[in-house]
Amino acid sequence: MTSHTIRRAMVGLYLVLFFTYLFGPLVIMSITAFNTSPYPAIMPFEGFTLEWFRILFNDKDMIIGLHNSLKIGVLVVLISVPCGLAGAMLMHQVYARARSFYYLIVVSPVLTPGVIIGISTVIFWKDFTATTGASFLYDGIILASLGQSSFISAYCMLIFLSRLQRFDRALEEAGLDLGASNAQVFWHILVPYLRPAFLSAAVLAFLSSFENYNTTTFAILAEKTLTTVLAGRVRQGSTPAISALAVTIIAVTVAGTIIYELVKRREDARKAATMRRAQDAERLEMAAT
Amino acid sequence: MLASVGHPFVIALPFVVAAMFWYIARRERALGLIQGPTFFQRNGTAIGVFLLVAVMFWAVFLIVLPQLFMVELSFRPKLPPSATGGPRDVYTLQNYHYFLFGSPTSSAEWNVVHIKAFFLTIFASIMVTLGNFALCYPIAFYMAQVAGAARVRFLLLLLITPYWVNEILRAFAFRVIFSTSGILNKILLGSGVIADPIDFLGLDIGMYAGLGYAYLLLMVFPLYNAVENLPKSQIEAARDLGAPWWHIHLFVVMPFAKPGIASGCTLVFMLTSGALAAPMVLGGPRSLWFTPIVYDRFYQAFHWPQGSAYAFILLLTCVAFVMAVMRIGKLSLGEITR
Repeated sequence: MTSHTIRRAMVGLYLVLFFTYLFGPLVIMSITAFNTSPYPAIMPFEGFTLEWFRILFNDKDMIIGLHNSLKIGVLVVLISVPCGLAGAMLMHQVYARARSFYYLIVVSPVLTPGVIIGISTVIFWKDFTATTGASFLYDGIILASLGQSSFISAYCMLIFLSRLQRFDRALEEAGLDLGASNAQVFWHILVPYLRPAFLSAAVLAFLSSFENYNTTTFAILAEKTLTTVLAGRVRQGSTPAISALAVTIIAVTVAGTIIYELVKRREDARKAATMRRAQDAERLEMAAT
Repeated sequence: MLASVGHPFVIALPFVVAAMFWYIARRERALGLIQGPTFFQRNGTAIGVFLLVAVMFWAVFLIVLPQLFMVELSFRPKLPPSATGGPRDVYTLQNYHYFLFGSPTSSAEWNVVHIKAFFLTIFASIMVTLGNFALCYPIAFYMAQVAGAARVRFLLLLLITPYWVNEILRAFAFRVIFSTSGILNKILLGSGVIADPIDFLGLDIGMYAGLGYAYLLLMVFPLYNAVENLPKSQIEAARDLGAPWWHIHLFVVMPFAKPGIASGCTLVFMLTSGALAAPMVLGGPRSLWFTPIVYDRFYQAFHWPQGSAYAFILLLTCVAFVMAVMRIGKLSLGEITR
């Protein structure tokens, strides 16, 4: 039994170390956001302050960057979700001999470094917009959205593919046999079935876009996003205002995660209640006969 | 060869390939090799058009053409806009020549700085990948095979949380710890272990620690997914037959989890070798990493063709890595990107 205890202790120790590595840096950084010391430090803790948050929220560039990041995030969701859906739906319909080639093309952005995607996007659209005369499209916000969409669409496609794998084709055929048009089958059978996938694809697309740096820093041209402003600030020097931003982001996401969990739990409870009622009804019916 | 022929050819290429496949498919249908409803019969006109337009926009305009344009540009000289398309605009290998031998005016035989940075990046990325695997395999195995459902849910939540904080802030956290007046130095100085602060950032220790930290999650998840599918009975069978624990991992769990291992390693390698945030935030002035050099080619030297050539070299390296992993593991692309 002692070997068992030792093994358990080892596993516990490993878990503690792993999560210390994971959270330690973030915790330390968070503490520095509340220290009056002008250089991010935890020792000596000179005094508690919220001054760094005030400086952060009055930082004009950060605010502009945040606005742009939100704009790009929405654009990316609008481009990536439909493209990902179309890519996934086409996967099973594309001509069999071309399928692996098609898969290679649409999945390649996932395995391409972000900087390369950013570079190639700028090079292509600079030339393309100049030749076609659509130079209003040569804009940092639009280019960043297009560049990010190239690989975020692939993420969305993978989400839709895994949901579609469990889709019962017979449902579609039943709809068609009962006289529904293709469009009706699409809107009333496929889209409701894919709803959870739509939700997770949209959330993932927005978050990946919001925190993207590698692609954006090339494609953003003269504009700025929150991450590019942040990168500039960090290179200029360390200030606890940057830690304050991290604390803000952590707070927002933790709140988001908790809300998501609560909503999900309530939905699960509702589903379970519906199931229970259905079972009760069935039992009553059985008893009656 | 004059470079003005390049763009029309490059733009036509994806459409020609698509048309070719379309033509072959039509021929086979005419010959009766393909049965069933046609594409538009199956989807209806409106949705069929949506599918084709969306996929064409994505695959051609967002993926293929930008990459082809970048490759094409890498073989062109740097010219002022007025000379573009002129007699001097011919295809050349000078950008690749520069990567290997430096500028024609320099006396050095090889472009040592860039070549060294390139190989160091590849080597360090492989090391980071292996390190991440060693670090993440136990936790993935623990979650997939040992822990109960409630605990797994909690651990997954814990694992994801740090990754909502973006890459630059994560790198910044390491800077707070490792800089000369940072926390680690304060502790070491305060406890009297060292007399003078150590320049962890200048020694690149901060950079490697940050790089190792940055993409941990992308190793855990594929591993966890792969190991989770392994039936517990297989491990028990091996144990009953007297296999020591490391035998079980090496000969039962790991072969089974091969696609997950390959997937995690490819992702981590790709992201690490292409990382820009950690080297920029944590690298000292003399740190060698390839992506900041590529960035400087573009936005410091404003030599876009050269930057393209460097980016293409990095891309080829990643392709080679993915192919090597597929070859070693005898895996298909679909298994890696799941």
